[in-house]
Amino acid sequence: MVRKFLIFLLLVGLGFVFFTLVSDYTLPEALGPTARHYGEKGISETGALNLVTAVLVTYRGLDTLGEVTVLFLVASIFGFYLKPENTRRPSPPSPLLNTASGMILPLILLTGIYIIVNGHISPGGGFQGGAFLASAFLLALLAGTGRQLSTRLFSIIESSSGFLYVLLGLAGLFFAGGFLDSRLLPGGVPGKMISAGTIPLVSILIGLKVGTELSSMLIKITHSDGES
Amino acid sequence: MITITLTTGSLLILLGLYALLTRDNLLRIIIGFSLANTGVHLIIVSFGYLKNRTAPILNDTMIAAGPETQIVDPLPQALVLTAIVIGFAITAFLLVFALRLYHTYGTLSLSKLVEKS
Repeated sequence: MVRKFLIFLLLVGLGFVFFTLVSDYTLPEALGPTARHYGEKGISETGALNLVTAVLVTYRGLDTLGEVTVLFLVASIFGFYLKPENTRRPSPPSPLLNTASGMILPLILLTGIYIIVNGHISPGGGFQGGAFLASAFLLALLAGTGRQLSTRLFSIIESSSGFLYVLLGLAGLFFAGGFLDSRLLPGGVPGKMISAGTIPLVSILIGLKVGTELSSMLIKITHSDGES
Repeated sequence: MITITLTTGSLLILLGLYALLTRDNLLRIIIGFSLANTGVHLIIVSFGYLKNRTAPILNDTMIAAGPETQIVDPLPQALVLTAIVIGFAITAFLLVFALRLYHTYGTLSLSKLVEKS
């Protein structure tokens, strides 16, 4: 009873905090100084039309590197907590799913790759495309065609792309303005596929890393669903 | 417009916290965490909103008119993208713990887990 009362009190208090937040919030008329810099100089400094990708990969590249590191950590902990102990034969997938997955899989993979490589000129980028790639592998796992997929190849791709990402960042430190500076390569014409310096390269590396990490997590879960 | 997203975000956070504090099943607690997480994303992304502006993905007319007068704030969007991925990682982590607990104790109910340990 006391517990329920305390929970009620906490929620009402938080509700009051949110109420004042919502009722007192006034829309700003113009961008703040940081966002104004991104808007004014973003395209000349990075050459990317998608300013969100420019912020993510160049201006806040260190955040993104940290984020990728967190994902890597979680993927490693997965392997630690889920031992491969599957002895049970999985139930066979429905023929409908099996047939359809063969036709849909290449399309999903293609869309994922498209989203990754166009991240600097249109909505998209490494994380979104990587999640797309992982969803393709999830479909393969559900349809039973991906059961023989090994996590070894995935972890090789994952670690080498992470390594290359850090190397690109270090190269920026020595040959351009700073860590993860995208001006390591020439900016090119904004809007072209090969432009925006190293942003497409970093997008591809992030896409590969996220895609393989998520896929290997899915494979590990699938392989450990037996009773221990 | 902004009031709707802010209210929805706040309600999602409260709902998620309520589920976190009162539910007994671990899976429902994880769902509560996920709801609260989504609420936080909604609130952060709506702080970047400006009236009569468009997404920070430029084209020629926007560049000619001066991008800084055309776009909403790109920074909260980039931060939320980070937050979504971290939220995903933590949810996956929680689910793996729940799976491991289920393998070891055969139940997902918190009160039964406390009894058994």
